[in-house]
Amino acid sequence: MFTLATIAIFVGMIFVMIRAFSGPTLYDRVLAVNLFGTHTVLLIGVMGFLFGRPDFLDIALLYALINFVGTIAVLKFFRYRAIGDIAQMQGEEGGTQ
Amino acid sequence: MTMGALLIEVLSWICITSGAFFVVVGAFGSWRLEDFWARLHAASVTDSGGVILLIVGMCLQAGLTLVTVKLLIIGVFLFITGPTATHAVANAALVSGLRPKVARGLVAAEPAPLVSIDGPDGEDDEDEADFEKVGKP
Repeated sequence: MFTLATIAIFVGMIFVMIRAFSGPTLYDRVLAVNLFGTHTVLLIGVMGFLFGRPDFLDIALLYALINFVGTIAVLKFFRYRAIGDIAQMQGEEGGTQ
Repeated sequence: MTMGALLIEVLSWICITSGAFFVVVGAFGSWRLEDFWARLHAASVTDSGGVILLIVGMCLQAGLTLVTVKLLIIGVFLFITGPTATHAVANAALVSGLRPKVARGLVAAEPAPLVSIDGPDGEDDEDEADFEKVGKP
């Protein structure tokens, strides 16, 4: 059962990685990387059960946190070309609006 | 094996097998579908069905231990942040001017740009104009 789930998640990771490398737009790649992170969280949990040591779930939780924050940060960077306080930066640039 | 343990085992089998199925289907869809907006649907299959079923199956395997609590925390977190991240990606794509193949000139659903340069009536024909103006100061 856990072997089946592990193999399934691995196959899914391969598909998602193909999309992440060949995505025509930026957003395809961001979506694929986000999905890859979800697969990784599930894989860590399932492999813990597969090997009889479900002690790695803390790492899975940490990975889920980092994945979400990383996705939002990448999107914000490609929207504004900066990861900081956007309003403050625009104020410092002289208010050319 | 008692009847309850057998029932839990069978339920866990069903949950994990169907969860693995949903994970593969979501990943395959995000590989093979033709459009970014179509791939969003496939991504949400993994985010909802795969995650919930796999987490519930692993909880049934673990029993009432600390592992179940951790799994439930992971499940709740993924259940909240998965659709949020997908929505953020879709919103960024929409604002930057990416449109579905069947709706090339769609402008009605576009949210107002955060930094308005041309004023409310100065719409450009190019869909990526907002992204270019805001993105490159």
